[in-house]
Amino acid sequence: MQRTSVEELKQHAIELRKTAVTMVYEAQSGHPGGSLSAADIIAALYFREMNIDPANPKWEDRDRFVLSKGHVAPIQYAALALKGFVPNESVYTLRQYGSPFQGHPDMKKCPGIDISTGSLGQGLSCAVGMAIAGQRDEKDYRVFAMVGDGECNEGQIWEAIQSAVKYQLDNLVVFVDNNRLQIDGFCDDVMPLQDLEKKFDAFGFDTTRIDGHNMETIVETLDTFAKQKNGKPKCIVCDTVKGKGVSYMEDQAAWHGKAPNKEEFEDAIKQLEGGLPV
Amino acid sequence: MSVTKKPTEKKATRAAFGDEIVRLGESNKDIYVVDVDIGKSCKTDNFIAKFPKQHLNVGIAEQNAAGIAAGLATTGKIPFISTYAVFGSLRMAEQIRQEVCYPNLNVKIACSHGGLTPGNDGGSHQAIEDMAIMRSFPNMTVIMGADYHSTRKLIAQAADKYGPVYLRFTRDTVPMIYDENETFEIGKAKQLLAGEDVAIIANGDTVHLALEAAEQLKEKGVSAKLLDMHTIKPLDVEAVKECLEIGRIVTVEDHNILNGLGSAVAEVMAEEGKGQLARIGVQDRFGESAPYEKLLEINGITVENIVAQANKLLSN
Repeated sequence: MQRTSVEELKQHAIELRKTAVTMVYEAQSGHPGGSLSAADIIAALYFREMNIDPANPKWEDRDRFVLSKGHVAPIQYAALALKGFVPNESVYTLRQYGSPFQGHPDMKKCPGIDISTGSLGQGLSCAVGMAIAGQRDEKDYRVFAMVGDGECNEGQIWEAIQSAVKYQLDNLVVFVDNNRLQIDGFCDDVMPLQDLEKKFDAFGFDTTRIDGHNMETIVETLDTFAKQKNGKPKCIVCDTVKGKGVSYMEDQAAWHGKAPNKEEFEDAIKQLEGGLPV
Repeated sequence: MSVTKKPTEKKATRAAFGDEIVRLGESNKDIYVVDVDIGKSCKTDNFIAKFPKQHLNVGIAEQNAAGIAAGLATTGKIPFISTYAVFGSLRMAEQIRQEVCYPNLNVKIACSHGGLTPGNDGGSHQAIEDMAIMRSFPNMTVIMGADYHSTRKLIAQAADKYGPVYLRFTRDTVPMIYDENETFEIGKAKQLLAGEDVAIIANGDTVHLALEAAEQLKEKGVSAKLLDMHTIKPLDVEAVKECLEIGRIVTVEDHNILNGLGSAVAEVMAEEGKGQLARIGVQDRFGESAPYEKLLEINGITVENIVAQANKLLSN
């Protein structure tokens, strides 16, 4: 099967960003900043890397994806829509009563969500559980998890990391969306994380650090680094920009959980349609 | 059932978990145990020896244990997290809420050291609010068996029933009340004695105290009905309503009197708008290092107090 090209992935990432921003605008509620920083990684996972079937979202041999930073659900919903798990227009019911697109991912309501998340620090443990089950059952599936850098304030993240190393989960790939911001400001001011690459490495992960907006690099890292079957879980620290692609949102903690007004929304879409300045 | 003789043999109900989980693990390879460095104390040693591929020990990291169990459950496993009640209900409370109850995953939380039973460990280790917390989570079932055999039967049922279940065991030994052929159903109270003057509703390690109290009452000409309410959620509401035909109810539990069995019964009584209630349990205060029996005594969780409370209701 022909794999999605880097150029196509870049286009998909733009589409995902537009959909996520539109969802938040329509809902007048949600988290655009982190959705935009995560977009390129999500595009590479959903449209190239993960072995998933939109027609069979509960297929037992599928790769799993755990959005531990569950508040950026809009970018995952955008991917589920573009991939065909859910009807395209349906995602604009985000955060409405009766919608499958809850404020944070709900596996009981939305096809393609492998675990409900939303309370930070917890999803990675669930990913470890899934990876252990795959290993014990001798399945080939892999588990991809995305955590935020701010989320790494939570102690449970480090408990999960220890257990992934103990159980030699080389079927687990953790992305850190390292956008350097959390709700109250820069991570360095709120709670300095030191060097996350060195920390994961010291805990026993195979770790690398990349530009989380460079699609060529993301794809190459997934093709090589992430595939090593050496008994070690993998961590990819992705340097990203919160709000990436919408100039007035970039690097602004204020856009963590705020919806654009009409003017801002139209400007955002115009900027995104103009392509992504990489 | 009928009770014909006083119970004599004693066993801790954590031993029931240790034995039953081996039987379950043998017949179902999806049964997993997630330990948190207290496997020996929680009696999982035999399971570990026999089924290492169905066992994890994640160290002293209860929050992670809950998340891992949830992840396992998404793949069809039936994980039993094995810990102490104080940690299983409190240290991982939010993880149970978010990753087990909210997505309604098939995770069981199996907790030794329920109530005041870890007496000499002191107040830090005595779980007096665990059932109250667990009862508050949607989708959760909350169970404490009265003795070894009933606990084994209820664990087996919990394994068969889809969804989150909180199971609470004793660290200390408690008298054997039931024989091994007795049957139990989650959510159905077990009537130990029929009676007409007062109804005693007890659970866990207090059932044998209630049984003895009922016998003493009988000697004084008071006929006490006795229910073993092993499941406090879902509560057997019909069984409580039947007790309201008597009208006088004494609840007994090794748990804070707030939000446990006594409160669950009180909710039914208040909605029915009738009956008189006396709640016996931990008096909304922390414990301390002491023999388990001493702690029961200072909280009035005794045969004498059950008799006294029953008589008080009768004299009203």
